[in-house]
Amino acid sequence: MTTARRRSYGVKGAPYAFLLPATILFALFFALPIGYAVWLSLHKVQVKGLGLGSGARSEVWAGFENYADALTDSELLDGALRVLGYGAIVVPVMLGLALVFALMLDSDKVRLAPFTRLAIFLPYAIPGVVAALLWGFLYLPDVSPFYFVLETLGLPQPDLLDGGGLYAALSNIAVWGGTGFNMIVIYTSLQAIPVEVYEAAELDGATPLQIALRIKIPMVAPSLVLTFFFSIIATLQVFSEPTTLKPLTNSVSTTWSPLMKVHRDAFGEGDIYSAAAGAVIIAVATLVLSFGFLRAANSRQKQEAAR
Amino acid sequence: MSSLAVRKAAPAAGATPGTAQGPPLRRRIALVPTLTLLLGAIYCLLPVAWVLIAATKSGSELFSTFTFLPGTGFADNLSDLNAYRDGIYWQWMGNSALYAGLGALLSTAVSAISGYALAIYRFRGREAVFNVLMAGVLMPPVILAIPQYLLMAKADLADSHWSVLLPLVLSPYGVYLARIYAAAAVPGDVVEAGRMDGASEWRIFTRIALPMMVPGLVTVFLFQFVAVWNNFLLPYIMLSDDEKFPITLGLFTLLEQGANTPALYTLVITGALLAVVPLIALFLVIQRFWSLDLLSGAVKS
Repeated sequence: MTTARRRSYGVKGAPYAFLLPATILFALFFALPIGYAVWLSLHKVQVKGLGLGSGARSEVWAGFENYADALTDSELLDGALRVLGYGAIVVPVMLGLALVFALMLDSDKVRLAPFTRLAIFLPYAIPGVVAALLWGFLYLPDVSPFYFVLETLGLPQPDLLDGGGLYAALSNIAVWGGTGFNMIVIYTSLQAIPVEVYEAAELDGATPLQIALRIKIPMVAPSLVLTFFFSIIATLQVFSEPTTLKPLTNSVSTTWSPLMKVHRDAFGEGDIYSAAAGAVIIAVATLVLSFGFLRAANSRQKQEAAR
Repeated sequence: MSSLAVRKAAPAAGATPGTAQGPPLRRRIALVPTLTLLLGAIYCLLPVAWVLIAATKSGSELFSTFTFLPGTGFADNLSDLNAYRDGIYWQWMGNSALYAGLGALLSTAVSAISGYALAIYRFRGREAVFNVLMAGVLMPPVILAIPQYLLMAKADLADSHWSVLLPLVLSPYGVYLARIYAAAAVPGDVVEAGRMDGASEWRIFTRIALPMMVPGLVTVFLFQFVAVWNNFLLPYIMLSDDEKFPITLGLFTLLEQGANTPALYTLVITGALLAVVPLIALFLVIQRFWSLDLLSGAVKS
């Protein structure tokens, strides 16, 4: 890198000019909406008299009333618990599969690697709504090949669109859609490890499994941290998949996930003030979880480095 | 030390599977990895294979014949879909192409110039600007989308094409990728040389740096294209006029109506197939341009 030798001559204004479009867009579509959401979350509508005529409805300061309501709202809490349960399935399964597939792709003498890599990555190109739609039909007893197989074998047929089965069904859609992308990220960092690193271990008689566990996995730890981080964020924000399954089953409520509840408050009930408070709480929870996780990952890396 | 012991033990233990001295057959085809990957590929292709077959079934065949048995109704399904509300399906496809194509193009342009500025120049506030932009990645879309909708409504832009296009132009992830790529692909010496020759900063960017950044920018474009094409929440919140719907939202509303009119299910399935085909085709064509190094660069830094 030559960064150290880079100097700026009479170009002081250039970077600011180059960043102007991004700054304007950020102000208009990120900062302003966030500020507005916070402002809304601290207000409520007060109705004077019968609420008729102009000026009868006015926005007044509500303090943390909306937050107190949201935090004690059982629907929001239930939604949060559902999403945590869902995430506890999706994240380990998805990343576990992604790691296994990446290690397999990276192993010697594997056949059909380009084809399988492409096939496993393919769901990334399919919209979440379409993915949920396809799987949704595959879960319907009259259409599903799984029910056909179970029936032929005389085995009990679980309801995939209700109760505990619903978690499995929703998790499967997320795992199907996300494994390939994470696999590519991990695989790419595996490819970046110099071959000499394994050659020594191989000469020492290490088995492929030992090499994978003792050398490869520790060396791709940073990319595992990154994929974990993005997976958690994506999981907490699940919206389109349960929304798409809703028409196919009665057991997905309009408040299944916290985001769905916020959406319903804002557009179903027209209470944008409560919705804004809910949205701010979700954002803060996401930030706290992500930064908490990043800090934990960093301090572990420092410990490892210190040893 | 322990490795030394292993090295001595290995020949004594005979053919340890997978070592250089292992049986020749195991060395030629790694059976376990190949089978595992094949299973993964089958799992990932299963729903795609299903939609391909299900689209050929008539309404009655869908619920009565075996899942993977082709039906006889493909032509009918196609003409039904075509006739549905005067071909609104094709309008949804066109809208998606517009949102994803134009959105990704604008987004790539903004990412390129921002990423270049962040990578090449040292200036006060550089890291602050970068960190603030990156915080955008963490923001749940809904916390943005609801106030974005209210602001768009105030500006009389809600339910317009702009309301879906504009909020997506700035992509923090795109800026991040472009910055990494510019740092790796544009040597500082070349920029310096351009300055010596008296070129303006803008000219150095457009004539020298931009061509060097093209492979990375293709990746940024593709990421954005897929992200916008797959987007659901923003159009779901912004749009009420279904003539402006992208394909994701169109198919969703069709499925919702199908819950009451099962006859629409065959339309939904045929529509899903046709929505997936161009994306898969695009994906197959572009995956060779897909810059894996860029992804790993994003991971390593």
